[in-house]
Amino acid sequence: MKKFVIIIITILILCMGLSYGSNELTKSTGDSGNKVLNLYNWGDYIDPSLLTKFQKETGYHVNVETFDSNEAMYTKIKQGGTSYDLTVPSDYMVQKMKADHMLIPLDKSKLTGMNNYGSSFMNKSFDPDNRYSIPYFWGTLGIIYNDKDVKPGSLEHWNQLWQSKYRDGIMLIDSARDIMGFSLISLGKSVNTTKTANLIAARNKLNRLSPNVKAVVADEIKMYMAEGEAPVAVDWSGEASEMMSQNSHLHYVVPTEGSNMWFDNLVIPKTAKHFKAIYAFLNFMNQPENAAQNAKYIGYSTPNNKALKLLPKSVRDDKQFYPPQDVLDRLQVYSNLSPQKVQQYNDLYLEFKMHK
Amino acid sequence: MKRSFKGLFYTPYILWLAMFVIAPVALIIYYSFFDIHHQFTFSNYRVFFESGTYLTMTANSVLYAFLITVISILISYPMALVISKLKHRDLWILLVILPTWINLLLKAYAFIGLLSHDGLVNNLFGFFGIPAQQMLFTDTSFILVAAYIQIPFMILPIYNSMTDISDSYIRASSDLGASKWQTLTKIIIPMTMPGIKSGIQIVFIPSLSLFMLSRLIGGNKIITLGTAVEEHFLTTMNWGMGSTIGVVLIISMVVVMLFTNTKRKGRRS
Repeated sequence: MKKFVIIIITILILCMGLSYGSNELTKSTGDSGNKVLNLYNWGDYIDPSLLTKFQKETGYHVNVETFDSNEAMYTKIKQGGTSYDLTVPSDYMVQKMKADHMLIPLDKSKLTGMNNYGSSFMNKSFDPDNRYSIPYFWGTLGIIYNDKDVKPGSLEHWNQLWQSKYRDGIMLIDSARDIMGFSLISLGKSVNTTKTANLIAARNKLNRLSPNVKAVVADEIKMYMAEGEAPVAVDWSGEASEMMSQNSHLHYVVPTEGSNMWFDNLVIPKTAKHFKAIYAFLNFMNQPENAAQNAKYIGYSTPNNKALKLLPKSVRDDKQFYPPQDVLDRLQVYSNLSPQKVQQYNDLYLEFKMHK
Repeated sequence: MKRSFKGLFYTPYILWLAMFVIAPVALIIYYSFFDIHHQFTFSNYRVFFESGTYLTMTANSVLYAFLITVISILISYPMALVISKLKHRDLWILLVILPTWINLLLKAYAFIGLLSHDGLVNNLFGFFGIPAQQMLFTDTSFILVAAYIQIPFMILPIYNSMTDISDSYIRASSDLGASKWQTLTKIIIPMTMPGIKSGIQIVFIPSLSLFMLSRLIGGNKIITLGTAVEEHFLTTMNWGMGSTIGVVLIISMVVVMLFTNTKRKGRRS
């Protein structure tokens, strides 16, 4: 027993010592009194070397905390007790936070480099005139296929997923809005429809997809696709680029009839305190070379057109992640729905998942 | 003096009970009476019991939990019986318990590696000329993996109740002319019933809401109540409905407890 206690205490002291040491190391130089910026970001969603560069240039130290879903971020900020200066909600969540008075409008007079952004990515329905948000990364929802099983170019439309040759061959990302969304698009409806008849039609159509659905999974979908567990998947472009970096047989298509376009955006929540640091950081991220470096690290599509010009030609001309204008025009952004409608989307989606 | 001292010993226990048992359950019940607009309502319960979706989901959960429990009893009982007769039985039972030291998620990922299309099991099949089988995302694999995870929790109480049986009972039964089969069915099984019952209690309830496994191994083709709870708390933020399902799970736990209640008939006290 005595030995056991000694071992436990040794482990605890070791862990505490190590974590203290690593904290001291990452805290790095300089005072962190008032010269800080608290960034609340998705996990691994900024190039860490940019943070050091930012500190060297401006003297502000960036504390990063991470979340793994819009809803988790929303709940944490809403509950209070935090002091985040910047956070990165997706499109519909910007709208929701705005409606709940959780955001502070941007002071455009303090911002530089806003004209670096492409017009296709600004002034979107979730935030007209970008009063509250600056786009950070954007992407699409699309189809990933493995060229070992699917002939390249033979799968370009949502409706083709229903073909019997994909029986038990499709993996779907576990997200009510996206799965209901592509079913709605395949029916020629808006992804933001609130008409019950449309939603029920979308569910009925999904039910007919059931024999083709191999699994409905979350993050693991990347691993499964990279390992070749299924020939086809429906997922976001960001996840697709990660899969493709692990398996060169994978390809990504955005169906030409339309799809969802998503944005992650920098916003200032009501909890913000360090306004000088905030604008220094926003202007820093607006700079093309920094945005380009970040895009290279993360692998998502940047809305900063000047930064895009700095990226290698193979990236710039990649139609998978930077689709041509006519496809861009057909992409739809999610708008925030009322809680009842969110519930209805989720209930119908659950019914589809239970359909055998 | 003595009395107040005794009270002092009870305090941590009562505090613990209040903070970690009574308060959470009370909160779940409290939340279950509120809709998304934070209005007091009974509608969550009405929705639950009127909706075909939730009722099918409940039926599914109960069916799968039942199958998982039955399979783990079928595997655990003979195993416990054999181990309790072995020479170094403490060591053997330790080996059975060992997998519980590994995190559930890690075990699930290990199974993905085993059962996937190019996994170990299919490679082995290929070696014997059997074509690759789809094993992940099937009901069978879900039930088997879940049973595998629950088996240690089933074996332990059964094993303990077996080692409690005095050898003299077994000897007496064979002296009185009982066959081995009769000894098993008339002596050992009835005497280990309390063990089986507590095994069922420990295994059945968690099996009702194995949402991680139903997603990772079942590919969300098996939807249990746990999946719905997760969705209500994380996606739709309808805590009321999520809590209502929680209350249903708690009630079913009470029901299982009542059915498997072991009346001790004052044997020990």
